[in-house]
Amino acid sequence: MLATLINYLDYLSVGIKATILVFAVSLLFGLCISFLVGLIRFARIPILYQICFLYVGIFRGTSLLIQLFWIYFSLPMFGISISSFAAGCLGLALNNGAYGSEIVRGALSSVSKQQFEAATALNFSVGHTLRRIILPQALPEMIPPFGNLSIMLLKDTALVSMINIADITFRAQQLRTRTFDSLGVYAVTLVVYFVLALAIVAAVRLVEHYIRPEKRRTGFLSALIGDQQS
Amino acid sequence: MIGNLDLDTTTTTTFLQGLIPLLLTGLMVTIAAAMLGYVIALILGLVLAVLRRLPYAIVTWPIAIFVEFVRDTPLLIQLFFLYYVLPRYGIVLPAFITGAAAIGVQYSTYTSEVFRAGIDAVARGQWEAAKALNLSMSRTYGVIVIPQAIPRVIPALGNLLVGILKETPILSTISVLEMLNVATIVGDRTYQYSLPLTLAAGLMLVTTSFFALIVRLLEQRLPKTGIHLQ
Amino acid sequence: MSIIRFENVSKSFGTLKVLDGFNFTVNKGEKVTLIGPSGSGKSTVLRILMTLEPFQEGRISLNGTSYHLPGGKGPFKAPPKHLKQIRSNVGMVFQQFNLFPHMTALRNIVEGPVSVLKLDKAEAESRALDLLTLVGLKDKVKSYPGQLSGGQQQRVAIARALAMRPKVLLFDEPTSALDPELVGEVLNVIRSLAHEHDLTMLMVTHEMRFAREISDRICMFDKGVIIEEGPPDGMFLKPQHARTQSFLRAVLDPDAAGGPALQSVDSSA
Repeated sequence: MLATLINYLDYLSVGIKATILVFAVSLLFGLCISFLVGLIRFARIPILYQICFLYVGIFRGTSLLIQLFWIYFSLPMFGISISSFAAGCLGLALNNGAYGSEIVRGALSSVSKQQFEAATALNFSVGHTLRRIILPQALPEMIPPFGNLSIMLLKDTALVSMINIADITFRAQQLRTRTFDSLGVYAVTLVVYFVLALAIVAAVRLVEHYIRPEKRRTGFLSALIGDQQS
Repeated sequence: MIGNLDLDTTTTTTFLQGLIPLLLTGLMVTIAAAMLGYVIALILGLVLAVLRRLPYAIVTWPIAIFVEFVRDTPLLIQLFFLYYVLPRYGIVLPAFITGAAAIGVQYSTYTSEVFRAGIDAVARGQWEAAKALNLSMSRTYGVIVIPQAIPRVIPALGNLLVGILKETPILSTISVLEMLNVATIVGDRTYQYSLPLTLAAGLMLVTTSFFALIVRLLEQRLPKTGIHLQ
Repeated sequence: MSIIRFENVSKSFGTLKVLDGFNFTVNKGEKVTLIGPSGSGKSTVLRILMTLEPFQEGRISLNGTSYHLPGGKGPFKAPPKHLKQIRSNVGMVFQQFNLFPHMTALRNIVEGPVSVLKLDKAEAESRALDLLTLVGLKDKVKSYPGQLSGGQQQRVAIARALAMRPKVLLFDEPTSALDPELVGEVLNVIRSLAHEHDLTMLMVTHEMRFAREISDRICMFDKGVIIEEGPPDGMFLKPQHARTQSFLRAVLDPDAAGGPALQSVDSSA
C-alpha cells in the first residue's frame, strides 16, 4: 500500500515542480503589484488612483477561474497569443495583487495619524516620512496577512490545471484516470499541498522572526514551530 | 437545461439575445449553490467554534487539525475527492449537492474562525455576570454571548458570502451548470469566447456587489451591542 | 451562626500566591467590608466565593454545607452540582456592572428568575418591577443599558442580583467605575439594603465613610492576610496595626500622606 502511495508521489513530482514555479512567479509579480497599487491608493495619486480602484474592484469582484479562462481563451481573439504558463501566472498575479494591495493599503493606513503629525512637526519630507517612519511600522503588520494570502495563492495554483498547465492537480487527474484509485490519489495530493502550505507557514514565521526584533522572545527553532504566545 | 444551443452569432445583438437567458440560468444555479454552501458553512462553522471552546483536548485537537488541513489545501482537490470517492462508499449525490457541500466544508473553517473571534470579543464581564446569575451554559451561549457576537461577525461573514459566490465557478469542473460552465460551453460551440466570458464576469461583479451592499445594510441596521431581545 | 467560612484556602495566579492558608468567617446577616491596597486579595476572596475563580487548597462552607472545591484545571475537579448550589445562594454586583447590553433593564432582571428559578414569566416580571421601584428606576423598564447612566446601570445590576433571592450579596467595588456625582445614588440603594434586610453583605470598596456607616465589621487586608478586623468605629478611630494606620491615612486624607516631590538635579550627591 505504502509502495503505491510512493509511486503516486513520484508521478506527482513533475507537477510539484510546476506548481512551485507558478507559485513563485505569481507571488513575485503579485507582490510587486500589491505594493505599487497599494501605495498609489494610499497616497491617492489622482488619475492612477481611479485606475487602481477599477483594477482592484474587478479582480476582487470576480472569480479567479473566470479571470484565468478569460485570459486564456479571450486574449487570443484580440491577437495576443500567450502560453498557458504565462496566462496562468498573469491571472494569478493580477488576482493576488489585487488582494495584496488591500493589505498594503490597510497596513499603511493603520500607522496612526499621530506619526505623520510628529514627522511633520519635525519637518520631515513626505518621502522621508514614508520611507523611515511609516513603512517600517507598516511592514511588520503586513506579514501575517500576506502569509495567509500566500497560502491562498498556493491553493489557487490548482486552478491553472484547468488551462492545461501540468501542475500537481493536472498530474493527479491523469493519475486518477490511469489507476481509478480516487481515494489514494487525492489523499496523496492533499497531503502534498498540505506539506507545501506548512512550508509557507514556516517561512512566514521565519520572516516575522527577523523583521520583528522586539517580538523575538524565543530562538530560531521555536519561531519555526511557532509558540502559542506570539 | 442547455437544450437549444443554436446561438445566432451573426450580430452581437442576436448573440446577446440568445446568450443572456442562458447565462442568467447559469447565474441562478451559481446563486443557489452559493447559498447552500453558505448555510452549510455557517452551521458547521458555529458548531466547530463552540466545540473548540470545550476544555476537552480529545475534542479540540482533532478539530484543530481538521480545520488546518481543510483550510490549507485546494478546494478543487477536496471537490474531486468528494465527487469521486463518495460514490465508492455508496453515497451518491447530485453534483450540485456535492459541490455545495465541498464549498461549505472548506468555508466552515473560515466561518469558525470568525465565530471564535466574535465570541472571544464578548467581554469577560458578560460571562461572569451570567455565571453569577447561575445561568446554564446553553442559556449563556444562546441568550447572552451569541446575540452579542453577531454584530461583530457580520462584516467578516458577509465577505465570506461574497467569497463563496466567487468560488462557485469551480463547480464547473464537476459538470455543474453554473455560469462559467455555460459561458465556456457557448464558447466551445461558437468559438466566440470573449463575449460570454466577459458577460459572465460582469454578471458575477454585479451579483457580488449586490450582496456586498446587503451586508453593508445589515451591518448598519443591527444595533452594535447585539441582537436585541425582548 | 456562620454562613460563610473559608478554611485554609490557598489561591495562586500562576506563580503568584495571593491567598495562603486563608481563614475567614462571616455570620448570617452580617455586613462586612473588606478594605486594603490593590492586590491584597480582597476581590479574590469575593470572586472565589462567587465561583468565578478556582482555588488550589482548602475548604469553603456556605450555609452549613461545606464544599471541597479545589477547582483547579479541568471540569472534573469541581462537581457542577456544587457550583450551581453555591451560585444559587450567592449574588454579585460587579465594578463594571456587566449588564447585558442587548436586553432591556426589565429583561436583564427577569432572565435569571425565568431560566434558572423556573419562575413563570408574568410573576418574574412583576417581581422585577418591584425591584426596579425599590432601586428608584421604575420608569426605566424598557430602557437599554446604553441609554442609562452609570449610576442607573449599577442600580439595575443590584436589582438583577436581588431578583435571584441570594442569601449572600457580594459587592466588588460597586462605585469605583462611576463618575463622582453618580456614586451617591448607588450608595443610597446599598444603604437601604443594609438597613432593611437581613441579607448577608460582603463588600469591597474604597468609600471609607460609607463603609464605616453601614458595616458591622471591617477587615483590613494586606498581602492576602487579614491583618486587622473589628467594628468600624474601633478600626477607624484607633487602628492598631501600623499598615492599617498608614493605609487609612493615605485613603482618608491623600494630601497629608505626602510622597516624594520632584528632585532638583543639583541636590543628588
